[in-house]
Amino acid sequence: MNRKSLMFALMVAGLLTAIGLGILGPVQAAKEKYFDRSGRLIVEEKQAAELLRAYDTKNREPEKTFPVPPPPFSEDIFPCSDCHADMEPNLQRRELEDMHTDIVLHHAEGQRWCLDCHNPNDRDVLRLVSGETIPFSESYRLCGQCHGIKLRDWKVGVHGKRTGYWNGDKQYLLCAHCHNPHDPKFKAMKPLPPPVRPGEARH
Amino acid sequence: MKNIWSFFMGTLVLVSKGSKAYYIWVGALLTIAGFGVMGYLHQLNSGLAVTAMKDQVSWGFYISNFTFLVGVAAAAVLLVIPAYIYHWKPIKEIAVLGELLAISAICMCLMFVTVDIGRPDRFWHLIPKVGLLNFPQSLLAWDVVVLNLYLTLNLVIAVYILYETYYKRVPNKSFTTPLLLLSIPAAIAIHTVTAFLYNGLGARPFWNASILAPRFLASAFCAGPAFMIILFLLIRKYTKFKIQDAAIHKVAELIAYAMAVNLFLFGAEVFKEYYTGSVHLAPLKYLLQGLHGYSALVPWIWTALIFNMSAFLIFLIPETRKNHVTLVLGCLMVFTGVYIEKGMGLVVPGFVPDVLHEIYEYTPTGIEIIISMGIWATGLFILTMLLRVAIPILNGDFHVAADGVSSHIGDQMFFIGKRQKEREKEKAESLE
Amino acid sequence: MSDHSNCKKNPLAIDRRTALKGLATGVAALALPASDASASVWEAFFQKHFRELSKVELKQVLARLSKEYSEEYGKEVTVKATPAIEGVKYGYGLDLSRCIGCRRCVYACVSENNQSRDPQIHWIRVMQLDKEKGVDLSRAEHYYNPKSVPEDGHFYMPVQCQQCERPPCTKVCPVQATWKEKDGIIVVDYNWCIGCRYCMAACPYGARHFNWGQAQLPAEELNTDTHYLGNRPRPIGVVEKCTFCIQRTREQPGRYPACEEICPVGARKFGDLNDPNSEIRYLIENKRVFIFKEDLNTQPKFLYFYAT
Repeated sequence: MNRKSLMFALMVAGLLTAIGLGILGPVQAAKEKYFDRSGRLIVEEKQAAELLRAYDTKNREPEKTFPVPPPPFSEDIFPCSDCHADMEPNLQRRELEDMHTDIVLHHAEGQRWCLDCHNPNDRDVLRLVSGETIPFSESYRLCGQCHGIKLRDWKVGVHGKRTGYWNGDKQYLLCAHCHNPHDPKFKAMKPLPPPVRPGEARH
Repeated sequence: MKNIWSFFMGTLVLVSKGSKAYYIWVGALLTIAGFGVMGYLHQLNSGLAVTAMKDQVSWGFYISNFTFLVGVAAAAVLLVIPAYIYHWKPIKEIAVLGELLAISAICMCLMFVTVDIGRPDRFWHLIPKVGLLNFPQSLLAWDVVVLNLYLTLNLVIAVYILYETYYKRVPNKSFTTPLLLLSIPAAIAIHTVTAFLYNGLGARPFWNASILAPRFLASAFCAGPAFMIILFLLIRKYTKFKIQDAAIHKVAELIAYAMAVNLFLFGAEVFKEYYTGSVHLAPLKYLLQGLHGYSALVPWIWTALIFNMSAFLIFLIPETRKNHVTLVLGCLMVFTGVYIEKGMGLVVPGFVPDVLHEIYEYTPTGIEIIISMGIWATGLFILTMLLRVAIPILNGDFHVAADGVSSHIGDQMFFIGKRQKEREKEKAESLE
Repeated sequence: MSDHSNCKKNPLAIDRRTALKGLATGVAALALPASDASASVWEAFFQKHFRELSKVELKQVLARLSKEYSEEYGKEVTVKATPAIEGVKYGYGLDLSRCIGCRRCVYACVSENNQSRDPQIHWIRVMQLDKEKGVDLSRAEHYYNPKSVPEDGHFYMPVQCQQCERPPCTKVCPVQATWKEKDGIIVVDYNWCIGCRYCMAACPYGARHFNWGQAQLPAEELNTDTHYLGNRPRPIGVVEKCTFCIQRTREQPGRYPACEEICPVGARKFGDLNDPNSEIRYLIENKRVFIFKEDLNTQPKFLYFYAT
């Protein structure tokens, strides 16, 4: 337990130092090594550039894709480019008045609005924070930017509903199949009838 | 073989003879048993849905009666211990009667189990080698084995002694004594196994208490002898059989000790549950106080406790123990008290609240009561028949005739009125 | 008891049984007209324990049952006896942080597994519990019926057979009519059970249900894909229980149990405990797992967990 937390602390410290060094300019040959009490190597500091490579989206291995049914679009709304192709994107954050008025954002609305997720230049795709654009059928990657643990659980079939065969092919559902992305709280439903109380029905 | 046949035929003739009272008694028992059979046919036809049992309370009145009667059967041993170990004569004379009671009680037990199971047509699955008896894993399999062994043991002992006496021979002690000694652990075993049947279930905290088997034995040694005292008094009053006061008073004294232990053990259980106050208190609370407004058993259990405590005092004080009015009252109270405490009072709280803490208040339906009464009547009928044969044999009124083949029946009446009995007494005195 | 070699045939037993059978068929021939129906009744009466049936006998039994059910319900009913898949041990996970208590699983189970509609039998019982009090059964509400679920301040806990590794129910059966299969499923031979209900007293989860009356099951709602140890129509007077949908999960490839498939919130997870890549293994290794009545050491293979 102790060793783990120590390790974690050291790693965080190491990371911060590395980032700090990177920001501070000329790359120092910071190749410090940290050992625990028993002399085992815990952390080896790397050069900041090496660390930053992790965020290089271009050279990253492509994400594994998952078999999902078509995304749950409202009727006749997709492709978005049918309407949006000729429109100039208005990056001004504002309340929509003419179109899409049925959408009430109830999803950390203080922190974001439409064009944080919908790609302004091509509305038929979504946009990750990194700038990478993804099709709607991979929208789980967009959701996973904040809900990382959920995404990880979803991939192994623990979050959400996965159908198919327990020892064969499986079908996934997109997050949006169960959660309205603009108002993701799961909707309440009518329960099926309770069982008959013992003694109520005598035959 | 010929001897056995003529003995058997003789007993058939014997049981067909009797006074008017005997016929009325037997007729009444058979009528009730007949209603019971009709009720059972109805149950067979519609399934156990005609009972008030549900998934929540899956054992009820039948198994309650079963549990109580195993105790009655086991208590026959109480007479065997002083009779054969200490050679105490007054009880030795009547010990056979205890065994006959045990036989009838076991028959009732087997009937109660039969009416409780959903597929009596598959009884053969329980027969070792033919079916697949889950022995030694299942305590119910143990119960099947020990109950049948105990029944056989008692039948062998009682029939052998009566048979030998009928043919005017002295029963061979080197045969009877080991069997009689064996019947003591066997009696304790049947009741311990029955207690373990409940005791071993971790799912049911009310039963999952190690005090259960001792409690079973203690309460059995109250109810069984109480029944026997009443039986003795009736036999003494209405048949020619003589039973010494000393024997009855001794049995009554033993009830006092057994009841003291029974009340103590019950108190120990109550203390443990209430003082600990864990979630396992719920069933006991349901029994004694009621739970969430459900309290069907409360008046019953308090009646039982009051009966048991009063009876304890009656049997403890020599004056009331020896007074036959208070003695009979005490016996009735013990019998009823234990019947409630260890019948419904033991079985039902095992299921209330159920394992998911649901409360379903169980009260037996009319059908369950009719079938149960039918079984009691059948059991009493068996007992009457056994006594009808045994008492004349023990009195010397039923034995092989001088020709060595046919039987001599000296007692045509069996049940006789008080006045008749006095007349017989005078006759006997004048002869002296 | 899960050991199949336990049930090696005892030649003596067969002999006696055959003798008994001969005797009774003799009696039957005298007492009943020798029709097909009565022959089937006697065949059922003298049917051996499931695990003592030879391959040929099993085939005959399945054919007889399939014929009986098909006639009774007026449609083709198949009765299979698919054995356990080698090396598989089933496990089930239920996410308490997700379940909304909608009871969809209860009724999906009823129709998949041919439970009696009247008298009503449900293999799944959903309890509504207080969030503040946790799993406190004395506060469990079994009959909640609000306009919509989930209700504020409550969570929901469906209970069904926990498929214990150390099942208290099979141990107590006096005739070995219920046992744990190699894949961990606890099954009942409905043709061998004598209906003593000792297993119901022994089960700490209320998972076993008794056929108090003749099962009422509308023919049009009958699921015709049945398993001998699972969802075939049950006779009166015997005990039944959840089998992890043995008729679905033992297929190749295996379908998910009906309750898992219907769950609208994906709270139910199912898989092979022996497969390190299964979702059930993932949740055991990564989530908080709650074992119902853990102190009884029944070692359930039905696990409650909190994915959040």
